[in-house]
Amino acid sequence: MSQRPIPRRRLLATAAAALTLGPVLSVPARAAGVAPTPTMRGGANNYLPGAPIVERIGGGGFWMTGTVRRAGDGAPLAGQRIQIWAHTTEGHERDPHSHGATLTDADGRFRLEMPQIVPAFGQAHGHLAYDSGDFETVFLRPVMPSPKDTTLHADFVLVPA
Amino acid sequence: MLGPLGLAATSPLLQWRQPVYIAAGFAGVLGLALMLLQPLLAAGLLPGLGPVRGRRVHRWIGGLLVASVVLHVLGLWITSPPDVIDALLFRSPTPFSVWGVLAMWLIFATAVLALVRRRLGPKLWRRLHTTLALFIVAGSALHALLIDGTMEVLSKWALSALVLAVTAKVIVDLRIWARRR
Repeated sequence: MSQRPIPRRRLLATAAAALTLGPVLSVPARAAGVAPTPTMRGGANNYLPGAPIVERIGGGGFWMTGTVRRAGDGAPLAGQRIQIWAHTTEGHERDPHSHGATLTDADGRFRLEMPQIVPAFGQAHGHLAYDSGDFETVFLRPVMPSPKDTTLHADFVLVPA
Repeated sequence: MLGPLGLAATSPLLQWRQPVYIAAGFAGVLGLALMLLQPLLAAGLLPGLGPVRGRRVHRWIGGLLVASVVLHVLGLWITSPPDVIDALLFRSPTPFSVWGVLAMWLIFATAVLALVRRRLGPKLWRRLHTTLALFIVAGSALHALLIDGTMEVLSKWALSALVLAVTAKVIVDLRIWARRR
């Protein structure tokens, strides 16, 4: 497949316009930049509010990873509490011991070790929640590409409440 | 028929599930397996059963199918109420639940129609019942195939294909839509 090249003159004109208008437009343009993450269908199923912050959930062996950023400018959000639960080799989603929480680091990243997620209700999936009040609540339900995966990743982009 | 059930019983997923969840899963597998018998019985293709006794067994199995669907949904409901409520309201994120729920309602509709079949007349009853059966079989097979569950993959595809093929063959053989005297 061949891509139509951008005419050089138009490219230069666009670049020049961007340079001159850049400082004026960049603030609202950036504000619309990073879109907030919508809550996923079924994300809040079997949620138990107030999961404790833990070193790891159960015996571990599986990693839930992700990032938390602010909508608009995409700035990483440090110290945000993310709650995690799933059907694992050690328990059902509804079991309190299947739930745990962790905090994001200075770069807005989080990482929590937990037992291996196994398929339940037809899909190997995890649940994550941001529900601390400073930003609007978001529930995620990522699905593992393969049930043999030993890690699952989820990104949050939050809107101030 | 027993193959898929037996292979599902060896699923590694079972060790991480509670008895109610396991029972709910097996009720679903049993339902799909029973669907293989229904067209065979309707066409009198099972050896040792005459057409009259075949029809009687067909009716019994129909009742068993309704029961297995009820147990399937009830067991899943006890295991995880919000997931089943989402499925029943057609707002579940899983693509297979919509086919399962549709098949469930069609099975219930079939049971109701079967109870009032004498009022429908034979021609209308046959056509309605066959149409429902076709959609039930297709929906149930799709439901099962899209699920990552306790059924072993090869036997699941084999059973689904067999149920669909036998149902189609019997519908053609019995000439349900043919003009009759």
